[in-house]
Amino acid sequence: MAIDLKTVKHISKLARISLDDKKAKKLAGDLNSIFEFIEKLNKLNTDKIEPLTSISETTLKLRSDEVNSKNIRDQILKNSPDDNKDFFVVPKVVE
Amino acid sequence: MTGILDLTLVELVGKIKKKDLSSKEVTKTYVERSEKSIKLNTYITEDFKNALQKADNFDNSPNFNKKLPGIPIAVKDLFCTKNLRTTAGSKILENFIPTYESTVTNNIWNEGAILLGKLNCDEFAMGSSNETSFFGNVQSPIGEKLVPGGSSGGSASALAAKLTPATIGTDTGGSIRQPASFTGTVGLKPTYGSCSRYGIVAFASSLDQAGPMARDVKDCALLFGVISSYDNKDSTSVNYKRKDYLRDLSKSIKGKKIGIPKEYRVEGMPKEIEKIWQKGITIAKEAGADIVDVSLPNTNYALPTYYIVAPAEASSNLARYDGVKYGFRAKGKNLIDMYEKTRSKGFGNEVKRRIMIGTYVLSSGYYDAYYLKAQKVRRLIKNDFDEVYKKVDVILTPSTPSSAFKIGEKANDPVSMYLNDIFTVPINLAGLPAISIPAGHDQNGYPLGLQIIGKAFDEQNILNTAYSLEQEIKFKNKINDWWM
Repeated sequence: MAIDLKTVKHISKLARISLDDKKAKKLAGDLNSIFEFIEKLNKLNTDKIEPLTSISETTLKLRSDEVNSKNIRDQILKNSPDDNKDFFVVPKVVE
Repeated sequence: MTGILDLTLVELVGKIKKKDLSSKEVTKTYVERSEKSIKLNTYITEDFKNALQKADNFDNSPNFNKKLPGIPIAVKDLFCTKNLRTTAGSKILENFIPTYESTVTNNIWNEGAILLGKLNCDEFAMGSSNETSFFGNVQSPIGEKLVPGGSSGGSASALAAKLTPATIGTDTGGSIRQPASFTGTVGLKPTYGSCSRYGIVAFASSLDQAGPMARDVKDCALLFGVISSYDNKDSTSVNYKRKDYLRDLSKSIKGKKIGIPKEYRVEGMPKEIEKIWQKGITIAKEAGADIVDVSLPNTNYALPTYYIVAPAEASSNLARYDGVKYGFRAKGKNLIDMYEKTRSKGFGNEVKRRIMIGTYVLSSGYYDAYYLKAQKVRRLIKNDFDEVYKKVDVILTPSTPSSAFKIGEKANDPVSMYLNDIFTVPINLAGLPAISIPAGHDQNGYPLGLQIIGKAFDEQNILNTAYSLEQEIKFKNKINDWWM
């Protein structure tokens, strides 16, 4: 099955990565060769096989919901590309 | 007298404990050599001034009861280091300063070691040649314009070039073992759950493991004992009794059953690889091990499975890089436009390619055909190993299907690049431990490695087997300091 330009554009929308046409075309080529290689898996019958989601396959432990890090707001905000000292700042979302 | 740079980690620790050497002498020697080795491009961030200060502090009030007293160590730039830039080899994290320390590096500093700096790697550990790093490719000390392997390429290069006495990397599909094999060093990928993933920039969470890279098996055992610990900050960390791997290291493999999987004899594999494999088999046999032919029938499906599972997990893990909380941000007309431009400009081509694969296989209508299918095949691959381990103690294979290649040689063909990991990927899918040790050279003088795969949490057995082989192989790296 070939991945066409339209599909590439759709995936890039889902992945929130903007792509110009030239890059999208190149990527379509790459993805097709990668998926051609991946399609090998279809030769295997896996009807009665349970999927392996995790190697440990144990139920995750619960922990109490406690605050462990206190007063680190300034430290955290230091890494933000834009903030007003209290909050992260993003382009306006509500008109 | 042997120079400081020629001492193994275990020997250095001994000399410092006996006060034959000070931490300052050792640290200064490694800093000076690192400064003369800029051409290899191994460091993304140097922390030499602090390292020398810390060495002074150690010498002023030394604690010789530690396992790594005053030992300088550089680490892969995928481990978060508190207050020191951590980039994961990406533009999107170019200026990221962590507010916390990864558990694995914390364990190392708690044993008295000193951070030298952060080592180059493929962007978000996605690559097999260290060519995808935003900070440029790393050169191998083995030869000019030669890749050191990847993704822990900076770590392997720095280790082989003697810019650090030992180091740590991470291995999602071969990222410790393949560069170790390419650079004539020893690299261990521990059992999934053995080393905490807390504070390691995430790539594919069900596969990622941190591990030691060292000059020999003894050093590797020492460092592994330091970094492996139970950690409640990693939900998949496993609570079991860790051993003293160095103390219990034994050369004896008499009566050990070593499996040789026929599926690893792949089409088009160079004769040199086959030869090195035979050499390993012969040595093991002479040491008294039982060689058993085994079959891992689904080996062929491991790589396609990996290239569904790993990108799927990566696409979710990397969703966090949106230009809001940390990292690079591009200007956009609105919020969505900002996200899309940030991620387009902040990620390199290989990372984008993998996010796209991952997004596609998880997208509505394709999930069952790809992702679920891959998870089922992953079970088959694990079952193969479970079956074989009823009959043998360890498995012996080559580490890579070829020796190191030239920079740029495979850059335009993602599938041929992915094939590099054909022997290492199945181990991550099954969550098992495996070590790569140098076993010889090809006709160009480039190192070739052997991989020893163990049962889950049975690192001692693979370290012992590696140690036994190492004694007989007596590998010597051919490095002529071409970059100086």
